[in-house]
Amino acid sequence: MTSAQLEIQLIASIVAIACAIPGTFLVLRKMALISDAISHSILPGLVIGFFITHDLSSPLLIVLAALSGLVTVILVEFIQKTGLVKEDTAIGLVFPALFSIGIILIAKNANDVHLDVDAVLLGELAFAPFDRLLVNGADLGPKSLWIIGSILAITVTLLMAFFKELKVSTFDAGLATALGFSPAVLHYGLMSVASVTTVGAFDAVGAILVVALMIAPAATAYLLTNDLKKMLVLSIGFGVLSAISGYWLAHWLDASISGSMTSILGVLFLLVYLFAPSRGLLSVLYRNKQQRIEVSLLTFLLHLNNHSEEEERHINHLNEHINWQKVRSKSVVDLALKNNMITIDNNVISLTDKGTSFTNKAIDYIITNDDTEIESMKEDFFLFRG
Amino acid sequence: MELKEYFSLVFTDYTLRTITLGTAILGAICGMLGSFAVLRKQSLLGDAISHAALPGIAIAFLITGTKETNILLLGALISGLIGAFWIRGITRNTHLKSDTALGLILSLFFGFGMLLLTFIQKQPNANQSGLDKFLFGQAATLLARDVWFMAIVTGICLIILILFWKEFKLLLFDADYTKTLGFNTKFIDILITSFIVLAIVLGLQTVGVVLMSAMLLAPAAAARQWTNSLSVMVILAAFFGAFAGVVGTGISASQDNLSTGPVIVLVAAVFVIFSFIFSPSRGLLFRQIRFIQNRKDLQLHKTLAFMYDIAKTHEDKSHPHAIKILNNFHGFTRKSLQKLESKNYIELDGQMWSMTQNGYHFAANLYNQQINTNND
Repeated sequence: MTSAQLEIQLIASIVAIACAIPGTFLVLRKMALISDAISHSILPGLVIGFFITHDLSSPLLIVLAALSGLVTVILVEFIQKTGLVKEDTAIGLVFPALFSIGIILIAKNANDVHLDVDAVLLGELAFAPFDRLLVNGADLGPKSLWIIGSILAITVTLLMAFFKELKVSTFDAGLATALGFSPAVLHYGLMSVASVTTVGAFDAVGAILVVALMIAPAATAYLLTNDLKKMLVLSIGFGVLSAISGYWLAHWLDASISGSMTSILGVLFLLVYLFAPSRGLLSVLYRNKQQRIEVSLLTFLLHLNNHSEEEERHINHLNEHINWQKVRSKSVVDLALKNNMITIDNNVISLTDKGTSFTNKAIDYIITNDDTEIESMKEDFFLFRG
Repeated sequence: MELKEYFSLVFTDYTLRTITLGTAILGAICGMLGSFAVLRKQSLLGDAISHAALPGIAIAFLITGTKETNILLLGALISGLIGAFWIRGITRNTHLKSDTALGLILSLFFGFGMLLLTFIQKQPNANQSGLDKFLFGQAATLLARDVWFMAIVTGICLIILILFWKEFKLLLFDADYTKTLGFNTKFIDILITSFIVLAIVLGLQTVGVVLMSAMLLAPAAAARQWTNSLSVMVILAAFFGAFAGVVGTGISASQDNLSTGPVIVLVAAVFVIFSFIFSPSRGLLFRQIRFIQNRKDLQLHKTLAFMYDIAKTHEDKSHPHAIKILNNFHGFTRKSLQKLESKNYIELDGQMWSMTQNGYHFAANLYNQQINTNND
């Protein structure tokens, strides 16, 4: 591994961490798409900044671009407040317009601007190590490392300082306001951090893929935990993992680094989406299936409880009376047998004592909706856990 | 080329006519289907799907090796549909909210698409440069048969829209009611989502992945301001979309170095701003005017109510009083008193005022009305 490779991985990891922190809060505050809007609409700010400074990594350019990100947020909120359209429409109207202005500015001044729309959207991490920060002739490392590093430092400082405020206002905006934290200050603070991070990261991973680095690690972590601190740590972990493995994937395929980082994030999300212990697709489907069987079981037990006549309790009657398929009837009967709730005597089903008391408890629960009634049943059944 | 020259050339020049027709048809179909997206609060679905279409284009190219637009668009359609239904799956099966799901699919698919595009660029067979056009769109690459294709798809959309109009409308405004009536809501939902995806995919070649969502939203958002009726909105949105397409193409053709997509989007944005401000019933301008009007009326009513309180203590309701005694109450000016006089509520005589019979009744009823509304 050469030092350039090491530097690229370092920059990618720091970008991932810097994005994951504001990303977590954006996802929790249901504002994930604002990051998409910001990442597009920094373009006019970048172009105007570039006209003035002619240097892609000048601080003024970053400030101007971040300002145009903030302008987006303010415009979206303004349009939303007029009540003429919903919030998502407001977002969808503002950023393409700003982005178009940016593209037209670039196209009209194509001769003076060495700014490629592709480069803004996609970034080129591979060249980052060649643009070095020189102070008095001493080589201090790649410029973008310094830029994104200082942004990360600011983000972490703000996070430490305002963690409690952010946490309260994210989960209970009303309480936060009542406690005296200004929602506007926190909101715009977070938006500014997101905006600055987007700008700082665009030249490493490109504007659109910043969105992936903000949303995907946080969303993946959110499927695994309900704890804010754990979620932050997990999303940082996913971000760094995707940064490093993404680099090697790109190296192997000889393709865009940011593209392969995102693809790794996609694979990670897909895996967690399918296999997460309690919220993954598979466990949700399994639980739904269990619950469906248990509801059937309850219906079946109630039916037995209501009928003392033999023909109503005959095993072949089940299909026609409750209108169940064969497989379903069999699985319900098996489940009931396994739990010793019924006995089958000469093809006639009768409730056992346990079955009767279970049914009565279930009826009580349905009528009173009181949690204490079902404490003892939770062991065997999914149905009453949720 | 001047704008005027453009409009004279539209009917004779083959390329210009094709492009103009293409953008007009695209604008119309996007406006039509965009109305549904906006009203279903799925505005950003278009953004997500257009980004999600990118890997489909790249994979279609990798498999077939052709640059045949229709095959690439078929790939885009498939991956757009996968994206759209994955978004539904995420919001339905997990606790992630729709904004997160949209952002996830958008960025992950797009990133994967970029990976494939850069991978393709490094491949030895060099005929891949055309794929970039799907990022920002190039209306100039539209051919007559592309336009025919768009026209046919638009026609099919229109027929389906008319056939299922009642169902679409019902689902749009009251999904639960639709279900209780026994309609297959899932089918209608999938149908309309698929058509939105189709419209987006059609637009990729012209406007590109990034700006496609605005094509879908802007005409619909503008049309929404002028009407409360769905059918009028859909027709208006189609008209706005087509008009933005034509004007945008005109402007971009009459200037150097202006790509069509961004110009169309900006023209549509101007429509939206115009509609936001000048729409008679919802627009900001008339709303502000109504607001000021109401405030003035309220001020007059307050003055009148104050006068009524004084007048009712007298036997003769029209007994003249000095204007001076209104000084305790600061809500009046010479002008507002004159206005009251012109409405025949009071009579002014030098420094004195007196209530007319008419004004007395009005002021008394003013109170009654308030009491009545309070009782409601």
